[in-house]
Amino acid sequence: MRLTAGRTFLLWLLAMLAGAAIVWNSRFSADISFFLPARPSAEQQVLVDQLREGAVSRLLMLAVEGGDATARAAASRALQQRLAALPEFVAVQNGDAGSHDAERDFLFAHRYLLSPAVTPERFTEAGLAAAVSNSIDLLASPAGLLLKPFLTRDPTGELVELLGGLNAGAEPDSVEGVWASRDGARALLLVQTRALGSDTDGQQRAIALIREQFAAVHGAESLDLQLSGPGLFAVKARDTIRAEVARLSTISLGAIVAVLFFVYRSPRLLALSLLPVASGALAGVVAVSLAFGTVFGITVGFGAALIGEAVDYAIYYFVQSGRLGVDGWRQRYWPTIRLGVLTSVFGFGALLFSGFPGLAQLGLYTLAGVLTAALVTRFVLPRLAGPARGVTLSGRADAVLSGALRHARRLRWPVLALALAAVVHLALQREQLWLPNLSALSTTSEADAALDTRLRADLGAPDARYLAVVTAPDRETALAAAERAGQRLDRLVADGVIGGYDSPARFLPSAATQAARRASLPTAEALRPRLAAALADSPLSAARLDPFLADVEAARRQPLLGRDALEGTGLALVVDSLLLEGAAGWSVLLPLRPAGGAHGAELPIDAVRAALAGSGVLFVDMKGEFDALYGDYIGEAAWLSAAGFVAIALLLLAALRSPRRLAGVLLPLVLSVAIVIAGLHLAGERLHLLHLVGMLLIVAVGSNYALFFDRLAAGATHDAGTLTSMAVAATTTAIGFGTLALSSVPVLHAIGVTVGPGVLLALLLSAAFAPADTRR
Amino acid sequence: MIRHLLSGLALASLATAAHAAFDVDRLLADLAQHKGGRAKFVEKRYLAVLDRPLVATGEMTYTAPDRLEKRTLTPQPETVLLDKDTLAFERGTRRVTIRLANQPEALAFVDSIRNTLAGNREALERNYALALSGDADNWVLTLSPSERRIAALLQRITVNGSGDQIRSIEYLLADGDRSELSIEPLERP
Repeated sequence: MRLTAGRTFLLWLLAMLAGAAIVWNSRFSADISFFLPARPSAEQQVLVDQLREGAVSRLLMLAVEGGDATARAAASRALQQRLAALPEFVAVQNGDAGSHDAERDFLFAHRYLLSPAVTPERFTEAGLAAAVSNSIDLLASPAGLLLKPFLTRDPTGELVELLGGLNAGAEPDSVEGVWASRDGARALLLVQTRALGSDTDGQQRAIALIREQFAAVHGAESLDLQLSGPGLFAVKARDTIRAEVARLSTISLGAIVAVLFFVYRSPRLLALSLLPVASGALAGVVAVSLAFGTVFGITVGFGAALIGEAVDYAIYYFVQSGRLGVDGWRQRYWPTIRLGVLTSVFGFGALLFSGFPGLAQLGLYTLAGVLTAALVTRFVLPRLAGPARGVTLSGRADAVLSGALRHARRLRWPVLALALAAVVHLALQREQLWLPNLSALSTTSEADAALDTRLRADLGAPDARYLAVVTAPDRETALAAAERAGQRLDRLVADGVIGGYDSPARFLPSAATQAARRASLPTAEALRPRLAAALADSPLSAARLDPFLADVEAARRQPLLGRDALEGTGLALVVDSLLLEGAAGWSVLLPLRPAGGAHGAELPIDAVRAALAGSGVLFVDMKGEFDALYGDYIGEAAWLSAAGFVAIALLLLAALRSPRRLAGVLLPLVLSVAIVIAGLHLAGERLHLLHLVGMLLIVAVGSNYALFFDRLAAGATHDAGTLTSMAVAATTTAIGFGTLALSSVPVLHAIGVTVGPGVLLALLLSAAFAPADTRR
Repeated sequence: MIRHLLSGLALASLATAAHAAFDVDRLLADLAQHKGGRAKFVEKRYLAVLDRPLVATGEMTYTAPDRLEKRTLTPQPETVLLDKDTLAFERGTRRVTIRLANQPEALAFVDSIRNTLAGNREALERNYALALSGDADNWVLTLSPSERRIAALLQRITVNGSGDQIRSIEYLLADGDRSELSIEPLERP
């Protein structure tokens, strides 16, 4: 059955509608998952979970500025009350004096179930004498003020034991009774959202609520609210990417339409040329959506470049088929174009194997887009355009270009010298060429990052860099495992290897531990004579300690603590953020603090690993994992780029069947890569992973042009239109990628700034190194 | 010869000091001249809940203007170091560092002694009303808290001294418990 133009169009339209339906139902995301590993190790999985859903990812830091200290403190209190009443927030802290009373009261009321010092030995005569004597000594010290009101109820000092394990000294400063920055100029609040860190919509709502409530609170006072945290970064990144997708696509499309109209001077041809582009862009999103489930915003932003690349095939068709007609074009040009499509597919296809999901998506998106655009050009466009309706050029353009081509040959030696200089420069700089960390890829602006660092330092907010992780099938086993890990960590604390650690088992011990502690409490009848004997020589008379006897007796009948008992205290929050139920069971996080307590201090990682070896505890250095992750990405990208390059070279060798012709095609591409990378480095561009990928793409895309010159060199008839079509196609591709260079999203910017100039240079150098017999 | 000359000068300056009117400014100016030193101390704490006072002894070192170290030797070794705005407390294996800015009450408390040593009247009067009695050889400086939150903890601080040397400090807490710190200089740098 021969397809008529109408039927072809109908089929195409149906495919497009099906694609649109898939895109309509796709999930779009702009969160940090773009950068997180697709196949994480156990350590990386902890990192991924923490970044996406961990307590730290749900923290927002707030600072109230302006006015005087009294106005800021009042605003801080009012905002705290309003936010705490909203279901969107799990906790809102501002350090208000008295806000810790609930926690202290809870610890005191349950001290005999919670204190690790509660053992049968502690309630013997000797144990009591030692514990009370220690408490009395403490009375004479600065800690005594805290202890004194509780002495007759808690002469063994269990409350001190409990508080001693907490992180003292990490609280922010206080001005007018609420948290304030070191210089006192800002009142500070710490907010934990109910929405997960990966729930960008939820974070956006929470942030809007905070701003709304603040506007209602500060009234006539000229106060400002500053806000930072992972949630804000995610929301801002999404806004940036959304705006960029629209802006970049508009710029790219506008410029390309202008160029095409200048060449075609026909709205109909222009519209037809955009057909493969639209098909490709849609197919790209459909492929990514089907393969990954979620489409990253940055991937869609890459559409600006795809437009420039995908429009090439229509340009070749319309410009080259002008004289030859469709069949002639298919015969003479299509094989070269097909080879070019394949090199592009190989280049972008190499990215599919990346463990960096963002990169894999970019690869699949472009691959599907380019392939679709080429197929639509080959099979749909000719039917829709009708026979021989291409552009008939006067030949003047080609004549001008041919003249330029002859001049281009003079550039050979200067170009070789330049490329040699570039290679030498790169070789000399190879150690410091690539940025060593992932932050270079972050969309967060420097101003936002600086504000975040400042608020974090002011608040002493946990950076949760070091985590010990225990997993277990159920909560009780997990808590018991956390207690065993705690025993090993206690030794590290005692040896000064680490400064301390947090554990949910501190506030919610396993039932077995609680029961053992409760069982070690003696009856009042047994305790009274022991106490009298223990305190015979003490300045504290046993006669004053009836409240103690009563409390111990009550504790013997106290029910064991469950998670519900913590409700209404900040401790519930601590336990919930450290004791997590996941798909595979329960996991406990034990954040470790470096000794010395200084912010940013480092732990002796090897010593900690050695101490935890064989205990089933996973130790994770989040920063180390993050840096290693980027190192893995860089290594993998270098490997994939090399493999992609080799694959392209093999493909070309198979098609050209001549090592000399292969060298002729590859030489200008390799020189372009060297010159572009050295140029970027000299221009002060901070080179990272995506520049590296850009190098591969210069070869994959630039080879399309180099192949035409090879074809001409191989003795093909030099049609008017060949050179023009190449010049126009290279221009649109350079516009597409070049537009990405305008982006403030580092991933897009890096590819744009590398591939845009790279493609133009590849065309120019292919012309310069084209063998002599290309000239008529 | 030179030593004679120096002691002559010292006597002369003592004479001038004696002639000047003795008031809080004069006393604090004298104290401010004192750049530091080491002293033995005996601290007695009288607590209502205990049958007899707690006694601790040790050494104190002051380095002007803002470093004060109190090293208790008996009955339990313990070190309290006040350095600028941190109070570090060390006892056995336990170490606690408190940033005083977090604890305005504690800051006012420890600043009373430090600002007296440094002769910083402005800082003292931020939280306390000052009263002085006696003469240069035997003076008593009384600090009464003017700040509500400090008054909730502390009734009065009484500092007793001679010349630029503090001899004793007594803290009378709001609940009636009190602590007496007697100081005996070991050397003058």
